[in-house]
Amino acid sequence: MEKLLVAHNVSKSFGKHTAINNISVEVPKGSVFGLLGPNGAGKTTFIRVINQITMPDTGTVILDGEPLQPHHIQYIGYLPEERGLYKSMKVGEQALYLAQLKGLSKTEAKERLKYWFNRLEIGDWWNKKIQELSKGMAQKIQFVVTVLHQPKLLIFDEPFSGFDPINANLIKDEILKLRDDGATIIFSTHRMESVEEMCDHIALINKGNKILDGKLIDIKRKYKSNTYEVGIQTAYPDVVTADLKQKFKLFPATFKSINNELQYKIQIPETHTANDLITYLIGKGELTHFVEVIPTANDIFIETVRNN
Amino acid sequence: MNHLPLILKREYLNKIRNKSFIIMTFLSPLLLVGIFTLVAYLSNINNDSVRTITILDESRLFVDQFEDTGSIHYKPLNDITLAEAKKLSEESEYYGFLYIPKTQTIDELANKITFYSEDSPSLTIMGDIQDAIEEKVNTEKLQEAGIDPKKIDQLRININTNLETYAGEETSKLGSGLKLIFGGAAGYLLFMFIIIYGNMIMRSVIEEKTSRIIEVIISSVKPIKLLLGKIFGTTLAGITQFVAWLILIGVFGLVVTSVLGIDPSTVQTPQQQMMEANGSGVEQIAAEVIREVTSLPITNLIIMFILFFIGGYLLYASLYAAVGAAVDSETDTQQFMMPILLPLILAVYVGFFTVIDNPHGTVSQVFSFIPFTSPVVMLMRIPFGVPIWQQIVSVIILFATFMGMVWFAAKIYRVGILMYGKKPSYKELVKWLKY
Repeated sequence: MEKLLVAHNVSKSFGKHTAINNISVEVPKGSVFGLLGPNGAGKTTFIRVINQITMPDTGTVILDGEPLQPHHIQYIGYLPEERGLYKSMKVGEQALYLAQLKGLSKTEAKERLKYWFNRLEIGDWWNKKIQELSKGMAQKIQFVVTVLHQPKLLIFDEPFSGFDPINANLIKDEILKLRDDGATIIFSTHRMESVEEMCDHIALINKGNKILDGKLIDIKRKYKSNTYEVGIQTAYPDVVTADLKQKFKLFPATFKSINNELQYKIQIPETHTANDLITYLIGKGELTHFVEVIPTANDIFIETVRNN
Repeated sequence: MNHLPLILKREYLNKIRNKSFIIMTFLSPLLLVGIFTLVAYLSNINNDSVRTITILDESRLFVDQFEDTGSIHYKPLNDITLAEAKKLSEESEYYGFLYIPKTQTIDELANKITFYSEDSPSLTIMGDIQDAIEEKVNTEKLQEAGIDPKKIDQLRININTNLETYAGEETSKLGSGLKLIFGGAAGYLLFMFIIIYGNMIMRSVIEEKTSRIIEVIISSVKPIKLLLGKIFGTTLAGITQFVAWLILIGVFGLVVTSVLGIDPSTVQTPQQQMMEANGSGVEQIAAEVIREVTSLPITNLIIMFILFFIGGYLLYASLYAAVGAAVDSETDTQQFMMPILLPLILAVYVGFFTVIDNPHGTVSQVFSFIPFTSPVVMLMRIPFGVPIWQQIVSVIILFATFMGMVWFAAKIYRVGILMYGKKPSYKELVKWLKY
């Protein structure tokens, strides 16, 4: 798959503090790339390197086949976590100004702004001042300004903070649509449920080091532990439990059910398959529930950061 | 993609549309003209009342010595006692009462004359009275010694040294004074401009940080362009306001004079009054001033004034921008304010004490090249004749320092955003330059 952004051994330290250490990532074209990590891991520093706000001490960044250059800023749209707008400026004027800074002509910017303002149903805000808007309203305008110049690479740092669920959903759909239209998206967040929903690829950074990256599906496959959640209806629960305990690793489980059954998580050795387990369980009683336990992004996040 | 005009335009429009900016543009000249009108009005009221001073002259020496002036009427009293005269003056609510007793010799008079009044009398009136008495007493003494006072007047010679350079250029003390005034005015104007608009530049540099838009801006624009745009934009807004002030002061002044019939320009300084009173040829002085002014290198001065004024202003503006770049909020700026204004104060002092004394001495020369002091010191030196190459070098140094300062500020700015919430120390600033 073609890569839009390739970072190779990027390091940056501030004084004695190493913010990022030898980070290499490859962001495939047209993907949503999740940049994950606990607070202070170095995500923002890495994003700033891509945006040329900070120069890396060592390492190279290649954007669309070219080493990063000042004029590349017009190919990048960046919505930082620390965001705001000029308070005393009118919405329309401000959006035009920011669009022109990104290299759009005034007429072009006006046309596209009209499109986006209609799309997000914020057309009548044009002559309002930012200080009259709520935080969520201002966020919408920031989103528009970020994507207006149709950048190849979009970088969103915690894009959903400050949005109510309806608007968060709206923005999520817009981001996915932008990806479908060909943009590549780097997405930095703590909210793991949005990672599950949106990201194709992820990279996990902790204390300045990359500790995990790849396709989300591949990572999940790697992290699954051959564990199944099962429910068995039986007349002899004690006997069955003792039996299972002897043969497998057994963990307690709870799930909603209309039956009064035994509920367990069962881990089976690598050499066995789900079918083997089912065959075995059917002999013990009535199998009412059988699901493979797939690790969530949240589980993987917590596990890897803890072990690191 | 040229960002500079865009940023400049936004900064300019943002400033001049600001409500407090608009209010101040109209309010300041209104206040200024109002205060002057008030002062003129008050001094007019004062002048209208004529004060009466009674005189009991028992020595009979000063019969015609006291002449009425516009504001004082002298009323001689005769053939009454001191007690009666005092009582009369007090009951009639006269301004004061002057008592000159009869003495054996004139010398004794020195400590015997008394002035009675309700309150402490004004210093100018007392001065006038004392002058009149002294003049009379001196004349009397001279006559006693057998000297004709008229002779003395005839014999008095006024020495007026003519000053001329080796090149044959005539100068005068008055000329030196004029040069001092010119340099001082330039320094003062610069000072005012910097104080009024320097802070505005600083605030505008902090604006992106307080509104948290900084990362968006900095990922689209180079910090140096942002800072330059801010400095030029705010400066243009400042010039707009300044011109508006001049025009408005003119308009308000005209309205006040024509409608109220009060002329603010009639407010006179004591010196003016004295000069007029002395009558020592106001016209003569005026002619001399004109001669001196025309003998100054006018074209050179005007060109250099513009260059040094702009350069000096920009340099100090960039210092304010650097402070704005280093801090997160306006409250953190205090510690940096003093070091900014010190060199300017130093420049004015060097100008007044060294340049006037020795315009081409080492100290004057050195300070006229140091960019932080050259706008004032060089401008004060130019009327005394400075080689063109020195002026040009000084201007180049000034503008180069300005660009260097902006570069420095941009450097701080870029690094400063990574240090949210940390109050920077000078040591840290030096460290930032290395990032």
